Amino acid sequence: MDHSILMAVLLLSPFVGFLINGVRYKQPTYKISGGIATAAVFISFICSVLLFSELIGLPADQRKIHVKFFEWLNVDKFKVDAAFYVDQISGIMILIITGVGTLIHMFSTEYMHHDKGVTKYFAYLNLFVFNMLILVLGDSLLTMFVGWEGVGLCSYLLIGFWFTDKDKAAAGMKAFITNRVGDAAFLLGMFVLFSMFGTLNIQEINALAPTTAETSWLGALTMGTMFLFVGATGKSAQIPLYVWLPDAMAGPTPVSALIHAATMVTAGIYMIVRLNPIFIVTPNTMLVIAIVGALTALMAASIGITQWDIKKVLAYSTVSQLGYMFLAVGVGAFGAGLFHLMTHAFFKALMFLGSGSVIHAMHEEQDIRKMGGLKKYMPITHWTFFLGWVAIIGIPPFAGFFSKDEILWMSFHSPMGHPVLWAIGALSAGMTAFYMTRLMCLTFWGKSRVPKTVHPHESPALMTIPLIVLAVLSVVGGWIGIPEVIGHTFGHIPNYLMEWLHPVLKPIPNLTEAEHSLEWGLMGASVGIASISAFIAYHFYVKSPEIPGKIANSIKPLYELVFKKYLVDELYFKTIINPLIELSRKVWFYIDVNFIDKITYVIADLIKGGGGVTRSLQTGNVQVYAMYIAIGLVIALSIIIIK
Amino acid sequence: MLLSTVILLPLVFAVFIAFWPQQRTLRHLALGFSIIEFLISLMILNEFDPGSARLQLVEKFTWIERFGIQYFVGIDGISLWLVILTTFITPIIILASWTSIDTKIKGFHSCLFLLQTAMLGSFLAMDAILFYVFWELSLIPMYFMVGIWGGARRIYATIKFFIFTMAGSVLMLVAIIYMMYLTQQATGVMSASLLEFYKVKIPFVAGTFMNQQTLLFFAFALAFAIKVPIWPVHTWLPDAHVEAPTPGSVILAGVMLKMGTYCFLRWVIPLFPDATEYWSWLFLSLGVIGIIYGALVAMIQPDIKKLVAYSSVSHMGYIIVGLFVLNQYGITGGIYQMLNHGVSTGALFLLIGMIYERTHSREISKYGGLASVLPIFTIFFFIITLSSIAVPLTNGFIGEYLILLGTFKAAPVYAYFAVTGVVLGAAYMLWMFKRVFFGEKGELVKDEHHPLHDLNLREIVVMAPLLILVFWMGLLPNHFLNWTKSSVDHLVNNKNKYYLEIHENKVAKGSEYAN
Repeated sequence: MDHSILMAVLLLSPFVGFLINGVRYKQPTYKISGGIATAAVFISFICSVLLFSELIGLPADQRKIHVKFFEWLNVDKFKVDAAFYVDQISGIMILIITGVGTLIHMFSTEYMHHDKGVTKYFAYLNLFVFNMLILVLGDSLLTMFVGWEGVGLCSYLLIGFWFTDKDKAAAGMKAFITNRVGDAAFLLGMFVLFSMFGTLNIQEINALAPTTAETSWLGALTMGTMFLFVGATGKSAQIPLYVWLPDAMAGPTPVSALIHAATMVTAGIYMIVRLNPIFIVTPNTMLVIAIVGALTALMAASIGITQWDIKKVLAYSTVSQLGYMFLAVGVGAFGAGLFHLMTHAFFKALMFLGSGSVIHAMHEEQDIRKMGGLKKYMPITHWTFFLGWVAIIGIPPFAGFFSKDEILWMSFHSPMGHPVLWAIGALSAGMTAFYMTRLMCLTFWGKSRVPKTVHPHESPALMTIPLIVLAVLSVVGGWIGIPEVIGHTFGHIPNYLMEWLHPVLKPIPNLTEAEHSLEWGLMGASVGIASISAFIAYHFYVKSPEIPGKIANSIKPLYELVFKKYLVDELYFKTIINPLIELSRKVWFYIDVNFIDKITYVIADLIKGGGGVTRSLQTGNVQVYAMYIAIGLVIALSIIIIK
Repeated sequence: MLLSTVILLPLVFAVFIAFWPQQRTLRHLALGFSIIEFLISLMILNEFDPGSARLQLVEKFTWIERFGIQYFVGIDGISLWLVILTTFITPIIILASWTSIDTKIKGFHSCLFLLQTAMLGSFLAMDAILFYVFWELSLIPMYFMVGIWGGARRIYATIKFFIFTMAGSVLMLVAIIYMMYLTQQATGVMSASLLEFYKVKIPFVAGTFMNQQTLLFFAFALAFAIKVPIWPVHTWLPDAHVEAPTPGSVILAGVMLKMGTYCFLRWVIPLFPDATEYWSWLFLSLGVIGIIYGALVAMIQPDIKKLVAYSSVSHMGYIIVGLFVLNQYGITGGIYQMLNHGVSTGALFLLIGMIYERTHSREISKYGGLASVLPIFTIFFFIITLSSIAVPLTNGFIGEYLILLGTFKAAPVYAYFAVTGVVLGAAYMLWMFKRVFFGEKGELVKDEHHPLHDLNLREIVVMAPLLILVFWMGLLPNHFLNWTKSSVDHLVNNKNKYYLEIHENKVAKGSEYAN
């Protein structure tokens, strides 16, 4: 089929789904609405597969399908087309978005069936997929930005989906405004790049990227990439703009799976990978990215240990895992970042949907202290969640192991990396294993703490099928990126992913040959840390459930601080938001009301007063007027005479 | 005769309506007239040559020969869309006021048409005195509109509006007369033609205030700055908006404020290039202050209408910044933003008017939970909110983006400050949206004795054209920008020696012209 038709159908199918469900938004028919929406995304998935297989058919260095629909904006030298392209990177992304997207739509059909706004929900969800596809396929930064803000908008709508609840509406608003901070930086990044390269076209920028590194912190390109990265910290929930993501759990759970785990929040990583030629030559930005990523991974993982809400644990886990991805791209391992993006999309979507299944079964209960022993009631949910668990904590040969190991290895081995970065990463991996095991134990294993009134049950097939598919992907998903060190040992298994990405990723400068013994050693260390942490957690939460409480009590101030998320929200309110509102009141009161308007009153009074003076001259008395004339005549004559 | 028809037909309508005996059919008649006027104005697009930067469809007749004053009108890419915007928004206003204006209907519609003539004349006049007449004429109907059909403090608001604007115009009149004198000095013939003004080289001394070009520059700029309004001469606007009836607010925000920004582009920038360049820092700063100040102050307003009024200050700040960076991006963005602001802020005032008709309150804290009661109203309001906060694929984005891009290219430091408006804009609009539409039902919303009704067909028809434009202008900006391109390029490329020639082919038959 013609490329442009494929591309058009790929993009427009979810949009048409949005329009159909948008028009009939009041209908309570969840099967029809869900069916339309799922079909719309599934059609896109088929188009993605077709486009991807066409890419495979092309020679490795020409894998690019570019379609221009029309000229969007054209002012002087600034030209942006409504044009889209699939290459090795965006090809993987569209498969994830539409593939995982289809599964989540399917899951939602059952999950949301009791909700009155179900049709509206599906309209938003389709609109999200449409925007996400624009984001990944756009051939210029501006088209990417259209999707970038578009997904933010859909996120806003879906987080605040139950808007009659003030807190949920506030969470949506928080997400949008926090993202806007990032978006403002993204705008500046675009301006810098346009000033430098005279274009916003991604391929042209990548082609024009300098080959030598810019060492100055204030260099133009460094500023540009730094701004773009700040944009990424908004969308991908990194320090300092991550605060919106935990609150975003106010939305329906499948939304958290699709938007706040698998797709939208990865946009920042995707953007950096897509623009890797300019990032690789700005080592200062790369350093900042790696540090921010590592710290975010550590900080979020530590908070994850203390949370009791099943979705909050997963949310902080997501922030933490996104931190890993930034750590990867920050040390130049763009392929590893994309790899983890993919495996994370599988296992985190799986776990969010699994938590949805649990919440569904528990009648909207999200507190894991009121769960436990759910294994026997929900075998499918449990076993699929189990596979997600082994994947995320990095047990070989499950998906997360390969991608996470690649990141840790590169953070050590890459010349842009550092042993400290590795250490932070490994520590976070240990914490990840701990909090995920804690979650497993408290939810599925151990004694049941379920209230008597609740009778948990396994979810219906429409919900369990997506779980099973994602579980399979969480097992095998990593096998396309088996590192050379392992592949070599077990016969000649190629690293398909890295070979596939090779033509579009810039190599890390001065990368030395890997030392296999070291690589094995580090791998063993990280798996060891994860296993021990998992074991300790199992011991704490199943065997001796009294220990964690004791530990928490013994370090109470620290525990409280972590439990309260390091009080960052409070800090932002105290230092930014409240002062800003206070300032607004003050400037309005002092400048508008009491200064500018006062001046106008003074002027008005002067005029009035002046009018009063001149009015008093006009007495209507003819003799007085005659006197004025006489005085005037005298003055005029004296002037003439003196001259 | 096309332009004269467009300008003067509303005047004829105004007189006609004043003498129309039947009260009952008055609104229908007015609506019909305004639609006819809109259709006639669309014929301009048919005659207009978008590839030319020259002054088109020119009509010129001697008015006062001794002073070189003429009836001289013409159109180019800079004024084109503002003219169409004016004729486009009038039928919408008439239809929107169907039930909200219920006293002195005749006077109201006469005022409206008179105002339309004045605004169109201001956009199209190429003779300074003729321009001044139209400019001042626009004050009178607006004065009455606020003063008669306005809210509780309408007299205070309308007098404030009048005094502010008059204060500016008086200086401008002096400056116009002085320009005529300078023209006579330069060419030997007195003329009030703007095209002749352009040819005069006005002495300029950098660094001092007391020189001809600088003084003239400020005399004009002050008059226009008040109209825009630029911070700090903006305080008449919130009062005027809050007290004005819905149609008055729509016209004020939709068109009248643009008279100010347009005149910067038509008069100030080309007439006083050296002063413009020298003092651009001042206007860029005031524009940026306006963006931030307007947004901050909007955030804490308890009254929705006042919030939108302050958001206008913020948006108009963007336009001023765009114009004064003096490059294609900024000026194109500025022109586009004039249209956007007309569409989106006009629409916001219409929507606020619709809800006010139902609840008789604009206090944000009394609302809440509207979304579950009035779904269509909510969707409309949301779409316009998106346009107002410049979400991509809405009209607002194109304008704001181009302005910021132009600013960054010309003077990055202003762009760093201006870009905060992107965040603050989202903050005040979404916060307001949350308080009005989300959460629990507020006292006005849950009142069971007066259940709120969603928009009726008339109101949907009122909003539909604006909603379509939001997406049309956002998705296909070239449909609009292609018409302004030549004129903007011409202005930017010749900004130090600006001239405007008359497009010979399109000169209306029967008019005399000397050039």
